[in-house]
Amino acid sequence: MQGMNEFKPKIVAFCCNWCSYAGADLAGTNRLNYPADVKIIRVPCSCRVNPLFILRAFQRGADGVILCGCHPGDCHYTTGNYYARRRMTLLFSMLDYLGIEKERTRVEWVSAAEGAKFAATMNDFVATVTKLGENKRLEDLRCKQQ
Amino acid sequence: MQKLSLSKLDQFLEAMAAHQALYLPVEDHSGQAKFQRWAPGVQLSSTLNTVRSAKDFFFPQTEDLVNFKLRGKEIEIIDPRTEHEDFVVFGVRGCDARSFTILDKVFLADPVDTYYQSRREHGTIVSLACTRPEETCFCTSFGIDPTCPQGDVTCWMEGDALYLTANTPKGEALLAQVADLTEACGDEAVKAQQERVSAILKKLPLANFSTKSFGGQVLMEVFDSEKWGTLSESCLGCGTCTFVCPTCQCYDIKDMDTGHGVQRFRCWDSCMYSDFTRMAHGNPRLTQKERFRQRFMHKLVYFPANNNGEYGCVGCGRCLSKCPISMNIVKVAKALEGDCK
Amino acid sequence: MQAAMISRAKELLQGGQVQRVLGWKTGEFVYDITPAVFQSVEELEAEFVYNDFCGNNLSKYLIKESRQPGKVLVFLKPCDTYSFNQLVKEHRILRDNVYVIGVPCEGKTDGETLKAAGVRGILGLQAQGDRFLVETLYGSQELEKAQALPERCQNCKSKKHVAYDELMGEEGQVLQSGRFDMVEKLEAMTPDERFNFWRGELSRCIRCNACRNVCPACSCEKCVFDNDNSGVAQKAAANSFEENMFHIIRAFHVAGRCTDCGECSRVCPQNIPLHLLNRKFIKDIDTFYGDYQAGEDTESRAPLTNYTEGDVEPSIVYQRGGN
Repeated sequence: MQGMNEFKPKIVAFCCNWCSYAGADLAGTNRLNYPADVKIIRVPCSCRVNPLFILRAFQRGADGVILCGCHPGDCHYTTGNYYARRRMTLLFSMLDYLGIEKERTRVEWVSAAEGAKFAATMNDFVATVTKLGENKRLEDLRCKQQ
Repeated sequence: MQKLSLSKLDQFLEAMAAHQALYLPVEDHSGQAKFQRWAPGVQLSSTLNTVRSAKDFFFPQTEDLVNFKLRGKEIEIIDPRTEHEDFVVFGVRGCDARSFTILDKVFLADPVDTYYQSRREHGTIVSLACTRPEETCFCTSFGIDPTCPQGDVTCWMEGDALYLTANTPKGEALLAQVADLTEACGDEAVKAQQERVSAILKKLPLANFSTKSFGGQVLMEVFDSEKWGTLSESCLGCGTCTFVCPTCQCYDIKDMDTGHGVQRFRCWDSCMYSDFTRMAHGNPRLTQKERFRQRFMHKLVYFPANNNGEYGCVGCGRCLSKCPISMNIVKVAKALEGDCK
Repeated sequence: MQAAMISRAKELLQGGQVQRVLGWKTGEFVYDITPAVFQSVEELEAEFVYNDFCGNNLSKYLIKESRQPGKVLVFLKPCDTYSFNQLVKEHRILRDNVYVIGVPCEGKTDGETLKAAGVRGILGLQAQGDRFLVETLYGSQELEKAQALPERCQNCKSKKHVAYDELMGEEGQVLQSGRFDMVEKLEAMTPDERFNFWRGELSRCIRCNACRNVCPACSCEKCVFDNDNSGVAQKAAANSFEENMFHIIRAFHVAGRCTDCGECSRVCPQNIPLHLLNRKFIKDIDTFYGDYQAGEDTESRAPLTNYTEGDVEPSIVYQRGGN
């Protein structure tokens, strides 16, 4: 049984409607486990996610933010995830440059058929963020529940 | 008048800091000064002035006014104010020292701003006379004597000593805290310094600058001047001038939704911004020209009209050195002088 | 150069080829120069100036000026032409309404840089060769020009004009500069050191928006930080998160479009080295997607509106370096 004081990270997962969200669904119907602390936000395409979404997730108390989309080449809109890939690469590099733990952010390509990958990805990400501990460097104290 | 050997400056600062928080100008790594809390090892900056003015102590850039906490259908209202601790601001220059008088007229007039008032009551101002004024200085245009600045205590640094004199009961109480470090002395050294610096003041390029022709009596003439267009044509609409200004006092009140409640806070606002005084129908000042005009009208016309001719400027020169396009109150006043008829 | 510029401007104005001239105007002191639009020969003769203090990048003013009736003459320094090109590419400047004269630049200083070099109480200044003779309230001072140049000019990336209708003076070359040295130094630090470095810098921010408003790439009609509907509109940074957010997003929004003109760092009243954020993006873009200089041309696609199938994955950020 988990101790009361054990740190459980809050994770926000942006999932594209066409692949990753369906992948999450499949993980569910296949009864695959991943922590309930992962909050999924469905977006039409991975390229819908702009850097402000990521930062605001941290502001609102997330300890880790992951973006999931269709595999490159499989985008429902043909090219959306290619743009998302460039944007997130640059954003994560910038966060790292500012000394913010790079492991708190991640991009994974998960197709609708990859329920197992979805669960494994989330488990791995949660484990990584749990190791890092609470998000302190990009936190907004006003939004922390007192 | 009291005298303190500069070799005892650290002891002096330490003695004051033992009784209350002590702030003084300190240089950051970019070589500019800012007010910082004293701690052992912190050195007083020798620069003429800080980038941000001393108004921050009484009117901080952001300040929580009230918190609302939501629990189901209950709203709890929380006053976030804690009792302020006493503090001393050391090394305030004559211009900033005067700015408090101007801010008082705004915040202490009825209805009194209790947030500001509480800070004023807890703060003691130790001003420091200027010895090396710069070309951007024009405080003398507003009747300020930088060789004898106002404040609870006035200091002069001359030779190897700091000369101090208390002007108010608060100041006397402060000097009493450090009485065993100081000794009584005559004012010859201070007089000599004042004479020397006064001679430099007369040589300042803006020594003869005056805003005397401005005031409530020329409101329409200045407002309708055709020169506002050219004066403001390259204004970027940033807030630098207003944020480094010791007398700009406009603020906005906003609500921050924290997800579990609301924090109502106020923050400095700038008349240069497109959303300044925005109402349901939009901003009454449609272009940068009107916004730009507002700032200078306020300082040169509206403020004196409402405050017995006192201008909303203290001549600190911060906007002269910091404006990205070098457009400032001196250029504006000189250009508009001819319209004051 | 100044006299030649005035006489050419007069010629074009009198000949009716242009209706207005965008340039720089003298101020109260030797260094406080203001961008200005000149409508007449008299104004040009009285106030037009081109000297070591004309650092303002005039490109951004052309967004508005090129939409006024008639044609506007503008004088652009080499680095300004990159911003100009970038704005033309983004259809922000109407190219047909602008007549560009490229003018040479040997680096521009400003009052703040002189003060940082220890010159106080400036009354007058004369440029003699590579030296400045400064008359101050406290005596004369002499310093090398190079010593009084801001970082952006010490690390000048190009003395070549990439856009002009006419050129005055000698054309220069694209230079090899050490402009990424400091970025590399930061990258080599540990995350803790980097975090402390940036906290030390960004915590001084007073959110005056000067960096944003001066930036030729920041030309949105409504900035996300001014838009109440965006949920991130702020007039002040209430805490360290908001300071970080503003500067990360601002740099990101100009990534791939920033020409590294350095205006953001010039105007910052708190001397925050904002160019180090922009240069990080430029350096990353160069490394990940191939060398790219924004504003070099008016046709190529910007890196963030482009892609290749074989682009690096975001996970490259974790793989790079030990730090």
